[in-house]
Amino acid sequence: MTYQLNFLALWPYLPELLAGLWVTVMLTTVATAGGIAIGICGAAIRCSRYVWLSRLWGIYVELIRNTPFVVQLFFIVFGLPSLGLRMTAGEAALLAMLVNLGAYSTEIIRAGIQVTPKGQWEAGRVLGLSRGQVFLRVVLPPALARIYPALVSQCVIVMLGSSVVSQVSYEELTFAGSLIQSRTFLSFEVYLVVTLIYLALSLAMRQVLLRAGRLIFGGGLS
Amino acid sequence: MTTFTDWDIVRNLLLAARWTLLLSLAAFIGGGVLTIPLMLMRLSRRRWLKLGIRAYSNLFQGTPLLMQLFLAFFGLALFGIDVSPWLAAALALTLFTSAFLVDIWCGSIDALPKGQWEASRCLGLGFGQTLLRVMAPQAIRIAIAPTVGFSVQVIKGTALASIIGFIELTKAGAMLTNVTFQPFKVFGLVALGYFLMCYPLSHFSHYLEKKFHATDNH
Repeated sequence: MTYQLNFLALWPYLPELLAGLWVTVMLTTVATAGGIAIGICGAAIRCSRYVWLSRLWGIYVELIRNTPFVVQLFFIVFGLPSLGLRMTAGEAALLAMLVNLGAYSTEIIRAGIQVTPKGQWEAGRVLGLSRGQVFLRVVLPPALARIYPALVSQCVIVMLGSSVVSQVSYEELTFAGSLIQSRTFLSFEVYLVVTLIYLALSLAMRQVLLRAGRLIFGGGLS
Repeated sequence: MTTFTDWDIVRNLLLAARWTLLLSLAAFIGGGVLTIPLMLMRLSRRRWLKLGIRAYSNLFQGTPLLMQLFLAFFGLALFGIDVSPWLAAALALTLFTSAFLVDIWCGSIDALPKGQWEASRCLGLGFGQTLLRVMAPQAIRIAIAPTVGFSVQVIKGTALASIIGFIELTKAGAMLTNVTFQPFKVFGLVALGYFLMCYPLSHFSHYLEKKFHATDNH
């Protein structure tokens, strides 16, 4: 191998990388918060007595879980405008991530709710709480604590998946990498640096979310 | 200029779907074969080997698959190898698959009671014999459902190979969109194609999970 790796030439492009990183972090933060919220609503629907609504949501979950994120993204970016729904690249990217995480988190949260003993529902009802109250105050909190680590893993996967939105010209971290690559032609070096940034980001994100979980759920977190 | 009928679109997508299946199969089989030595290293008593394998799987699980594909594509070229997108995609997806499978398979072995190792060794079985005749038959029952479930991730992962220029289902969809200007229909069909490949596997994985879980809790 005669090729000499040249990382120093990347130094002037640090601001671009940091700007890209910031966009990725913001995109992930909003998508994570929104995706978990959709998941909680979805789990409530899946556990509700509205059979048709529940089935419909089930179809949504299976459709998303069995198709690649990049195809979902292309469908939203290129397919939806032909129906008259116009969006910027950023909005489309965020929508794709929300739709994706919403489906996965529905399934994860539902798994946590399913193992809740039936007696808890009944006891809550007997004490005069409505079904909605039982769900929100009795069943949901321990269910969330139970599946929280799995939820964190899924959020990290969505963050890593967000590198794909560079393909629809949204200016996040991978896009910054591609841009620098096209200017310097140092493809391997640029993508290696970007990969390491993603690695650091995923480790940091996991730590932050697990710590936040410990604060929210206290000792109940496994 | 040729015009594309609906049947032309479907036919082209079906032809491209063969490459998605082939790449998935290559990655899954290659990944499975590569996992075996990795698993043996992680089960060994040498600490640095164990840590090394753990770092390996964390590295691939903590970085985007797209970056792994880019690094394989541009990295191999540095060695003077003329890389085709097919080679780069197959290599990256094989490494990616093995990094997840080694976790699943070792986790299944770790889930078994440790006393079984000790008992087998006391009875005079070697490491290989214990692994093959005592641990593996039990571990497979635990591992099979998540392994089948992971194969869905591999199939979905192959969609990213389109970005480095490998012509499979997603890339064919993008190309067809460019000539037909019907992105809604084309990407809808592409999504349907993936769904038809993945859903049976997801369903099968779910079935296996129920089946083996039920027998464990008798």
